[in-house]
Amino acid sequence: MDILVAVLQFIVNEILSKPALLVGIIALVGLLFMRRSAGDVVSGTLKTILGFLIMSAGADLLSGTLTPLGAMVQAGFHLHGVVPTNEAIVGLAQKAFGTQTAAIMALGFVVNILLARFTPAKFVFLTGHHLLFMATLLAVVLGSAGITGVNQIILGALLLGTAATVLPALVHPFTQKVTEGAGFALGHFNTVGYIISSLIGKGVGKVMKDKSRSTEEIEVPEQLSFLRDSLVMTTMTVIVIYLILAIIAGPAAIASQAGGSNYLMYAFTQALTFGASVAIILMGVRMILAEIVPAFQGIAERIVPNALPALDCPTTFTFAPNAVVFGFISSLVGGIVGLFLMGPLGLALIIPGMVPHFFDGGTAGVYGNATGGRFGAILGAFINGLLITFLPALLLAFMGSLGLSNTTFGDADFALVGILSGLGSRTGVIGLYVIVIVALVVLVGLASLITIRGKRKAEEAEEAVVENA
Amino acid sequence: MKILAVCGMGFGSSMVLKMSIESVLKSAGIKADVRTADIGIAKSETADVIVTSSEFSKLLQNKNIPVVVVKNYVDKKEIGEKLLPIVQGEKKGS
Repeated sequence: MDILVAVLQFIVNEILSKPALLVGIIALVGLLFMRRSAGDVVSGTLKTILGFLIMSAGADLLSGTLTPLGAMVQAGFHLHGVVPTNEAIVGLAQKAFGTQTAAIMALGFVVNILLARFTPAKFVFLTGHHLLFMATLLAVVLGSAGITGVNQIILGALLLGTAATVLPALVHPFTQKVTEGAGFALGHFNTVGYIISSLIGKGVGKVMKDKSRSTEEIEVPEQLSFLRDSLVMTTMTVIVIYLILAIIAGPAAIASQAGGSNYLMYAFTQALTFGASVAIILMGVRMILAEIVPAFQGIAERIVPNALPALDCPTTFTFAPNAVVFGFISSLVGGIVGLFLMGPLGLALIIPGMVPHFFDGGTAGVYGNATGGRFGAILGAFINGLLITFLPALLLAFMGSLGLSNTTFGDADFALVGILSGLGSRTGVIGLYVIVIVALVVLVGLASLITIRGKRKAEEAEEAVVENA
Repeated sequence: MKILAVCGMGFGSSMVLKMSIESVLKSAGIKADVRTADIGIAKSETADVIVTSSEFSKLLQNKNIPVVVVKNYVDKKEIGEKLLPIVQGEKKGS
């Protein structure tokens, strides 16, 4: 008996609570399930573990570059300054919540598969990094609310699985309009922004009729194509932000960190280091996902017949590339307008992150354009920009000590799910179980209804291309 | 044969593309090493073929590697029609 307990304790303490190894085990199970060759299994498992360690190393490097940012915003504005960057906050959170995150991600995917298998909402969420980010968010919010251990993992997995099934379903009527029934769904956790943008577009379309023509009838200058290199874009904006903040805050604010070097050059090199550490984190995430996403897809294909894959947002970009540029710019304008409202409202200073504004704003533009032409794209993405400024600010209160780390989640669904589950946690563990289960039933019911209605519509439209719907 | 699937971050939509490419090549009986990459990696890596969207293809024109432009990342028919002739041509050439 003692030996059994000792073995179990060893497994829990030395393997399952080491997130890198746990992620490796998840990849191992996936690879075995797909009956890959021994060589593939070994190299895939190892690469996943190395990917996790690389991600952690990037996060360590990153946290040093965020300290001067906080100091400069504090000195210049007497506010708490935050740059929402998912990769950054997820990297940082793994120290305290790595194990819970990995467990929630794996079990949450199981919940997603089961819901897709047994309800009409056949959406399987394959955007691996967003599953990872949402799992991290849930681990952080629940853990900070005092819900720990097994309850934290089960509740997190239920919430993740529900979000991964329901959100792609809710936006799917608009997704079909965007992709002209291309046979995939949108799996990107800024769904609230896309639904709102689509609805605004619909309103604009009604008011302006054919005066608001599609963005794709406009020539967009080639020079703007560098915007699509997200690493360059992130680094450039962080350089601009750090230099502006350094000038406003003055040399004294970061003198102790700069250690004698010129304060502007110090801010400049810290901004470059920020870009470099994001690149390292991205490389780690890429290595993890390269093994896990195909495994998830393989599992989904076997278990869920007629599954509709919910995919990352740039898969919609090819259907309206100009709308992406329109959406990015007007979402960013929304973020800047929001920035000036934060101080007076007593909220943290959310400095617009380029990556969320590009991907979320761009997608909001694509959806707004599909329902309401170019003005739908502009207005819809602008509101999206406000949304991804205010929601992350409100989320900070639910993130415990990580809420003070000068970075946070950047997309609307993360913030909304975080705020709602944070509020729900105040009713205690049992209260939260009740809330989560009721929410699951109601939302999955709603998603099923929308899916069935969408199918009927597609069948009625004789010329509709019915392939996977 | 090495193929790069390219997107903005190198793990979101390029992963979707990679899985579609692998499935297309598998049914055509072609063995290939398909990897994902962001634009920075794509510029520095060597490959036999690059597959991406029209927007990214503009940034990769100056490499001497054929670039296949795909609109729908899950449409295996589209990918097959555009990619297979190039892949088969490359094989004969090398």
